[in-house]
Amino acid sequence: MSEAILTADTLKRHYEVGGGPFSKPATVRALDGASFALEPGKTLAVVGESGCGKSTLARVVTMIEPPSGGTLAIRGKEVGPDGASKDRDLRAMVQIVFQDPYGSLNPRQTIGQTLMEPLKLNRPEVSAEERRKRAADMLEMVGLRAEHFDRYPHMFSGGQRQRIAVGRALMLEPKILVLDEPVSALDLSIQSQVLNLLIDLQEKFQLAYLFISHDLSVVRHLADEVMVMYLGRPVETGPKDDVFAHPRHPYTRALLSATPVADPRHTRNRIKLEGELPSPMNVPEGCPFNPRCWKATEECREAFPPYEGERHRYACYHPIEE
Amino acid sequence: MPLLEIRNLSVEFATTSGAFRAVDGVDINVEPGDLMAIVGESGSGKSVSMLAVMGLLPWTATITADRMAFNGHDLRGMSPKQRRRIIGRDMSMIFQEPMSSLNPCFTVGFQIKESLKKHTDLDRKGRQDRAIELMNLVGIPAPEKRLNAFPHQLSGGMSQRAMIAMALACEPKLLIADEPTTALDVTIQAQILELLTGLQEETGMALILITHDMGVVAETVKRVQVQYAGQKVEEQEVGALFDDPHHPYTAALLAALPERATERRLPTIPGVVPGQFDRPEGCLFSPRCRFANAHCKAVEPVQAAPEMGLALCHYPLSHGEPTNREKAS
Amino acid sequence: MSDASSATARTIAQAPPSPIRDFWNAFKENRGAVMGMVVFALFLLIAIFAPILSPYPPDAQFRDSLLVPPVWEDGGKWQFPLGTDPLGRDMVSRLIHGARFSFFIGLVVVTVATFFGVVIGVIAGFAPRWLDTIIMRIMDIVLSFPSLLMALVLVAILGPSLLNAMVAIAIVLQPHFVRLTRAAVISERTRDYVTAARVAGAGRLRIMFRTVLPNCLAPIIVQAALSFSTAILDAAALGFLGMGAQPPTPEWGTMLAEAREFILRAWWVVTFPGLCILVTVLAINLMGDGLRDALDPKLKRS
Repeated sequence: MSEAILTADTLKRHYEVGGGPFSKPATVRALDGASFALEPGKTLAVVGESGCGKSTLARVVTMIEPPSGGTLAIRGKEVGPDGASKDRDLRAMVQIVFQDPYGSLNPRQTIGQTLMEPLKLNRPEVSAEERRKRAADMLEMVGLRAEHFDRYPHMFSGGQRQRIAVGRALMLEPKILVLDEPVSALDLSIQSQVLNLLIDLQEKFQLAYLFISHDLSVVRHLADEVMVMYLGRPVETGPKDDVFAHPRHPYTRALLSATPVADPRHTRNRIKLEGELPSPMNVPEGCPFNPRCWKATEECREAFPPYEGERHRYACYHPIEE
Repeated sequence: MPLLEIRNLSVEFATTSGAFRAVDGVDINVEPGDLMAIVGESGSGKSVSMLAVMGLLPWTATITADRMAFNGHDLRGMSPKQRRRIIGRDMSMIFQEPMSSLNPCFTVGFQIKESLKKHTDLDRKGRQDRAIELMNLVGIPAPEKRLNAFPHQLSGGMSQRAMIAMALACEPKLLIADEPTTALDVTIQAQILELLTGLQEETGMALILITHDMGVVAETVKRVQVQYAGQKVEEQEVGALFDDPHHPYTAALLAALPERATERRLPTIPGVVPGQFDRPEGCLFSPRCRFANAHCKAVEPVQAAPEMGLALCHYPLSHGEPTNREKAS
Repeated sequence: MSDASSATARTIAQAPPSPIRDFWNAFKENRGAVMGMVVFALFLLIAIFAPILSPYPPDAQFRDSLLVPPVWEDGGKWQFPLGTDPLGRDMVSRLIHGARFSFFIGLVVVTVATFFGVVIGVIAGFAPRWLDTIIMRIMDIVLSFPSLLMALVLVAILGPSLLNAMVAIAIVLQPHFVRLTRAAVISERTRDYVTAARVAGAGRLRIMFRTVLPNCLAPIIVQAALSFSTAILDAAALGFLGMGAQPPTPEWGTMLAEAREFILRAWWVVTFPGLCILVTVLAINLMGDGLRDALDPKLKRS
């Protein structure tokens, strides 16, 4: 096991919402205690449904937002309350690719300008010529051609835009790439092209990926480790094969069984979950999954269960036996 | 007699930069009680063709078809008034975004009852009872209370259930579901799909599921129609389609699924779906097809035999290998 | 990988039309807008070449030809095609020079109002909640006065002159730009590309004015075009009330005011300046509507 490049310990992010002159603000626990580590050349996949805190996690790890609690350390150095706003080296370490390729590129910037912007802002010592050359090289690396340099984003398809977004994220030579649902807005035939590109780039630069997705088939293909989240908390973490083959948390099990399999002969053994996802504004007491869980007991309604296990960790009082 | 029969349907949109053909010679055949899916990526015209049938396209669209009949009624040249009598009663549709498909200004109950008022002769009391019955049918708990709820008070899953209840209000013979679960979470998606197939079985209506998700297709329907760039390229029973796709596009699409991957690099389909400005000559898939030759790039293919899945290809595949090759060369 | 990129490159070779081309295609479909633009262009040309086009200087008096009617009326002469005013000044020359003033007023007022409105709007859009609230409440107060009344009060304080009238109109118009810019900024601010720029290390000012602002310009351009006509109209109204341009300035509103008492005796001295205002304002509004249809993505059909 190689040295972790990023470690997060009980990372939290709470928001205050509402609250005008006549009402008290409510606290949303969007992210409520996530611990994990990223290693060079490896992919940690975060899966979960809406409101599980995976996008908040992406923003905290990218240092767009400060954590409300817990610590985030990159290369053993703790990230201060200022995040990366003052520290160029820190900023260059973690970059992000967003879900929506149509919203993540500035419509008024050419592809070249988009790619050169990070260099211009963070490496003023690089000459304009060198900047242009590096951007052109990057364009080629992500599978586009030099003549695309002066075009505007609206002239590209979703898949091409996502390549550009990946290119922009790599301009500062980061060690960690946060991928926030990078292929879920893409068509199936384009999705595989972008996934292959991501695999190539990871091997080439030994990048650590934090891969956020709700698509379990993509996660199963790409991830090394998997973290399953539910309403702001990781409920199960572990090596991909263990989690997919022997899920211990009932929610993981339900999620796996609800995911459609592209095989008509596949016999379904679906666990039908009752009820709706609770809103993150109003997280149930104890284990957040207890109102929908078929194994829930009194215990589950009282306190969040402690994490158990070594590499394959889960938080459940009644784990599924292997 | 088929419930819905469409021959050679084409839809063209007038845009500021010229005409754009979104649907190009599509045939659709739906028997009563059918459970089928139309699969395709964005730009395949799968939604547009169904909207054309429903008469829901904007005025910029020009619709042409050799035949377009529902339950024996010719839909072409039907007056809007006659059309409205069929749509919403015998033929109904639900959409991808349940949150924006419901009118936020009115309660769910009002919207369901409005549809009943239009198409049935139930009295006030009868409508209320029917609305509660429908809410029960689609599995909405505490229906009396939820009838008075506004759409923003419901979650995505509940809104979609309410939409289904509205669509079912008049016991339609055909329900078209346009990506009904794409905006929903996986566990909610499972609930809604189960609900839809359950209802289909119970009521014996026909269900057309429009989707891009191969997993949903495999688990839900009996028959699949694949569309690419506005054309229907293949039609098969679901098991046969996944076992032995006859059109190279279907084959490539299935191969690109991560769960079917055998190695770390996924098989890809190079290039992108042709748009308004880059429609190729000959077969529309030829620039991306790994079997394509000069003939494919020059001549438009015709439909193959039914045992070859009606594949729109010069050399339909059989177990991954192109056929007919010798004959052409 | 390589085959994928070559194919993607091939398909992009026939690129879709450029945004300007697209804009023009959408704009030219609206006949009223194109007509408005033609009239506006004519108006601009007249304003620029006023000294060359006008037969006489605007304040040249012909003492022997007071209140000469237009040429097609009894007693009209070809020397003064649209007649003369009570002081014997040629109407055509005065109207042509009036175009100059109107255009100048429109341009200055819109530039000033847009500049300050946009800057304040962007600041409000990015400001913490308390500052945003303060700015927007001030704008609400300005907007709550009838605009002409507000302008009148300002002119009364500053003293009646064309310059002060322009300042007053700019102040009255500017809250519309603040509101519009703020709304556009707020909807644009949360887009992913803005976050991406932040992750790339862009500072606050750069994000405000380099990243976000260029993407908010479409509605601002439309508003600027429509404000142009409001400015001309308001300036004319102030002139008419004697609070704007002072005689003998050949400003259309002032011309109307000067000719008030001759309304029954000599219809042409009031009709032609009024018609000029009407046609110009109508043309600009038509053009503005066309701009809105072509630039506003919500109204675009595709």
